Amino acid sequence: MLVVEDEPPLQKFLRTALETNGYDVVEAANGTSALRHASNDRPDLVLLDLGLPDMDGLEVTRRLREWTRIPIVVVSARGQEGDKVAALDAGADDYVTKPFGVPELLARIRVALRHAAATQGSPGESAISLGDLNIDLANRRITRSGEEVHLTPNEFRLLAVLVKNPGRVLTHRQLLHEVWGPGSGNESHYLRVYVNQLRQKLEPEPVRPTLILTETGVGYRFRSD
Amino acid sequence: MPTDTDLYARPDPDALLASISEGTTPSSKRGRLKVFFGMSAGVGKTYAMLEEARRRAAEGLDVVIGYAEPHIRPDTEVLLLGLEILPFKVVEYRGASLREFDLDAALTRKPSVLCVDELAHTNAPGLRHEKRWRDIDELLAAGINVYTTLNVQHLESVNDVVQRITGVAVRETLPDAVLERADEVELIDVSPEELVERLREGKIYRPEQAERATKQFFNTGNLLALRELALRTVAQRVDAQMREIRRRTGTSEPWAVSDRVLICISAAPTSARLIRSGKRLATSLRADFLVVNVESPGAKMPSDRDRHRLERHLRLAEQLGARVTTLSGADLPETLLDYARRNNVTKIVVGKPAAKLQSGWLRALGMARPSLVHELIRHSGAIDVYAIQGERETDDPPEADESVHRARADWRGYLSAAAMTAVVSTIGWPLLHVWGFANANVLMLYLLGVVLVAMRHSRSASIAASLLSVAAFDLLFVKPYFTLAISDRQYIVTFLVMLVTAVTISTLTLRIRGQADAARSREQQTAVQGALARDLAASRTPEQIATATVRHLCSLFRCPSVLLILRKDSLVPLGAPYAMDDRELGVARWSLDHSLPAGKGTQTLPAATALYLPLLAPQGAVGVVGLSARAEQLTTEARQLLDALMLQTAVSLERANLEAEARTAWERVESEFLRNTLLSGVSHELRTPLTVITGLASTLRESYEHLDDSTRNALLDSVASESARMNRLISNLLDMSRLDAGGLALRREWLYVTDLISPALRQLESRLEGREIRVDLPAGFPLLHVDPVAMERVLVNLFDNAAEYSPAGSPVEIVAAVNPDATLQITVADHGPGIPPGAESRVFDRFFRASTEGHPRGLGLGLAIAKAAVVAHGGTLAVRNRPAPNTGAIFTITLPVARDQPSVPPEVPNRTEA
Repeated sequence: MLVVEDEPPLQKFLRTALETNGYDVVEAANGTSALRHASNDRPDLVLLDLGLPDMDGLEVTRRLREWTRIPIVVVSARGQEGDKVAALDAGADDYVTKPFGVPELLARIRVALRHAAATQGSPGESAISLGDLNIDLANRRITRSGEEVHLTPNEFRLLAVLVKNPGRVLTHRQLLHEVWGPGSGNESHYLRVYVNQLRQKLEPEPVRPTLILTETGVGYRFRSD
Repeated sequence: MPTDTDLYARPDPDALLASISEGTTPSSKRGRLKVFFGMSAGVGKTYAMLEEARRRAAEGLDVVIGYAEPHIRPDTEVLLLGLEILPFKVVEYRGASLREFDLDAALTRKPSVLCVDELAHTNAPGLRHEKRWRDIDELLAAGINVYTTLNVQHLESVNDVVQRITGVAVRETLPDAVLERADEVELIDVSPEELVERLREGKIYRPEQAERATKQFFNTGNLLALRELALRTVAQRVDAQMREIRRRTGTSEPWAVSDRVLICISAAPTSARLIRSGKRLATSLRADFLVVNVESPGAKMPSDRDRHRLERHLRLAEQLGARVTTLSGADLPETLLDYARRNNVTKIVVGKPAAKLQSGWLRALGMARPSLVHELIRHSGAIDVYAIQGERETDDPPEADESVHRARADWRGYLSAAAMTAVVSTIGWPLLHVWGFANANVLMLYLLGVVLVAMRHSRSASIAASLLSVAAFDLLFVKPYFTLAISDRQYIVTFLVMLVTAVTISTLTLRIRGQADAARSREQQTAVQGALARDLAASRTPEQIATATVRHLCSLFRCPSVLLILRKDSLVPLGAPYAMDDRELGVARWSLDHSLPAGKGTQTLPAATALYLPLLAPQGAVGVVGLSARAEQLTTEARQLLDALMLQTAVSLERANLEAEARTAWERVESEFLRNTLLSGVSHELRTPLTVITGLASTLRESYEHLDDSTRNALLDSVASESARMNRLISNLLDMSRLDAGGLALRREWLYVTDLISPALRQLESRLEGREIRVDLPAGFPLLHVDPVAMERVLVNLFDNAAEYSPAGSPVEIVAAVNPDATLQITVADHGPGIPPGAESRVFDRFFRASTEGHPRGLGLGLAIAKAAVVAHGGTLAVRNRPAPNTGAIFTITLPVARDQPSVPPEVPNRTEA
């Protein structure tokens, strides 16, 4: 696990938290050494602070994505939603917002590692069960309390993208590309409308959703257990 | 107490000396002026001045020669050796190079003592001031002590006397006030014989010049008279100083009432001498000196020529230091005496009337009005009346061309007089010769004709009309017809009566017309002032004030004008239809800095395009008005109106400036207050959770072993919640600084209210733990076009506020609804004590924290930020309390809903069902 962080206290905190949970930690204090460590030490995941002294975290993400699919989790502050979206669109897997707790960080790391494993090996589970909701993607069959739920093709496609990435944040752009094709990047209101329709059909309490969560200013995240 | 003998005692020489030395110590920063004064050229003024300069230099003072006459005498030139001499300023004028005193170089050099020859000198055109004494005035104002020289013939008040004595007109004159203000005057005196001797020896002029000079000027008789003048001038000064000293040392003296001399002048050419004589009288009495001109509303309109002459007289009086006033009144003596009494005048000077034959026999008949002098003497009471023989001044051209001018101007009058006579004759002919009416009727018609002419034209035209009428009447309607001979002698009476009637009517008509004209012009002035006052009242900023003023000045004087205001120490022209180059700006700047008029028509920088007048408000100059009017447009009347308008503008500008100052001062105080509150608030609010975290962390480190698991968990929970609190605080501080750094840059997206409420609730999950959160969002909501991050902050802050100000465990209700007026409303309601009465509007103020039973926590920024964000979205945020008996605060966000909801491409559901 490569931790790219220039603040010593944070470095210390991350090392302690990660090592306690059984990960090996390699540290880099700037973008250049991060890129070097990434190619030399071949870590399983990069935890990347967006604010680095020598290089933009976004730039590090781009350079890494030129040659590796290694999962990247970005660390940034509130109010930098634009940076987060840019990093995610550039290929980062997820993000945590400072200040964050260890459980949240570990959850993001787990999701990112699982996602990486899924894309490399067998396709993820095609059928999941969440409470009284059953989603069977292969058979295009969704039931809620045993009753079948009818979805439009777009609704289904949107749900499928979300279900295939449980616990992982997906930006508006990523979702739009997946559902409406690469030509649509700015019509975020399509998403709002369809997410709202999905919530009405799937959520037990649509005004306080628990399945499809809004990540303000960034995108949506499907619930993971 | 002074005794009787003291009253008549000579002043104590010691006290006298003390006072003089007291006078010589520099009382202020202004420089001191010493004048070397003489009766004529050649007495050795420059020599004495340079000797004095050398003495001062030897004493170690910083002495510089600013200007010495180029045609300097050899023995004088020796004195210049070893003294610093400023270079001349060379001015090209009509092909000649003139060597002039360089004022700016002197001001830059700023010596302790500067010698500048010839106080009365007139500068070459193009220099800053027209006269050298103004240069020197500026030097003195700059704190430089000046030595200068002056001949008596250049003094304004004796100018006429010198001309009479020597027969030579002296053009370069100096206001007496300049000499009166001098701190020291040293008389350089030689006997006339020695002076003539010096002249013969060629010490004063070159031989050929000397020959001419001797004949014209330097004869012993002239010199004796000039010497007397010079001595008297200095003696008067010494006398005045003596009295001043006596007054100051408290010696009892009969000076309780100081004299005041009032000089009554008119447009008559003799008035100039009257002014000079009056000035001499006033000076010898050391009295105040007032000059008045009385305008009578009934009098005929003065000719342009008269007006200009009066103008010159008033200016001369001003130059001589008089207080000049123009009065208006029908009864001249009464107006004059009334003014004199109100102003404690002790002596009135009037011109002696020229003897007129006509007035003699008119008075004999009891018809003439008594003369002004007689009237004044009869009613003056305690006031002395001096009648002085006025004389026409030679610089005043003869009147002949004036009458020519007037005659030319009035040819229309004569033409209409002739036309009128012809018309009346044509009408009268058939009356008498066809219908046989009596010729008295025709006579009445002629009279009517004369009245009609008098109504529109001058008196001479109406007299012409009456003469023509008499002739025509005699010719056509009195037997024998067609001759001027008359058969009946009674017609002579008819003719005379007709003539007198015509003259009387025309006089009356003219007077009424004059009054009407005067009233109209006064009305016009009042109207202009009123209009400007209205416009100024409506003006808030200096720009608006300038625009209004310039508009009125342009229309009033029919010329381009400009108003320059002082902004950050530089003059900014506003509304300038003529080119304001650096030179013009320099003139304006001078006018502002010295609070004096400058430019065209003044003695300072007269080559400028426009006249610049400082706008003087009660607290100092606030700007300058530039007016490119022709000099003859600026009559005293126009100047008075201009002064009134400028005062209005100046006061308005000052008001605007003060308002702006008050506003910035208030803003500064407010921001200072905010900063202080913020600093103390931030340090307190951050330190509290930090103290808790530090304390808990150290407790855990030191006594970890002694604590049981549940205590440890409780302590760790506190650390987490205090950290969260600090995080919220810092978020708010960041939001506020972002707001202050240029408002919110909104990144709007289309979204549903759910997309705002649910993440906000998720953020405050732990803070709202244990509370029932009721969310009521009816289906079928429109999309909102808002910045998701900013609006989420609004909701987070409102939820946080609800959690802070309501008891733990009490429910919070969140309701959204669409209003009929196409707005969306979100309410957040708690069950706390509600807003204290009267604080409804203040809860959104920064740093406002409603006092609760407990200690209020937080900085009081959350609601202020929420409000700013909602307002930035074009919405409103308001608060009210739940209706009694329930308690709790209800915050309502109202946001506009876009009419054009974005469209989403439709799908065909059937085809796609799974």
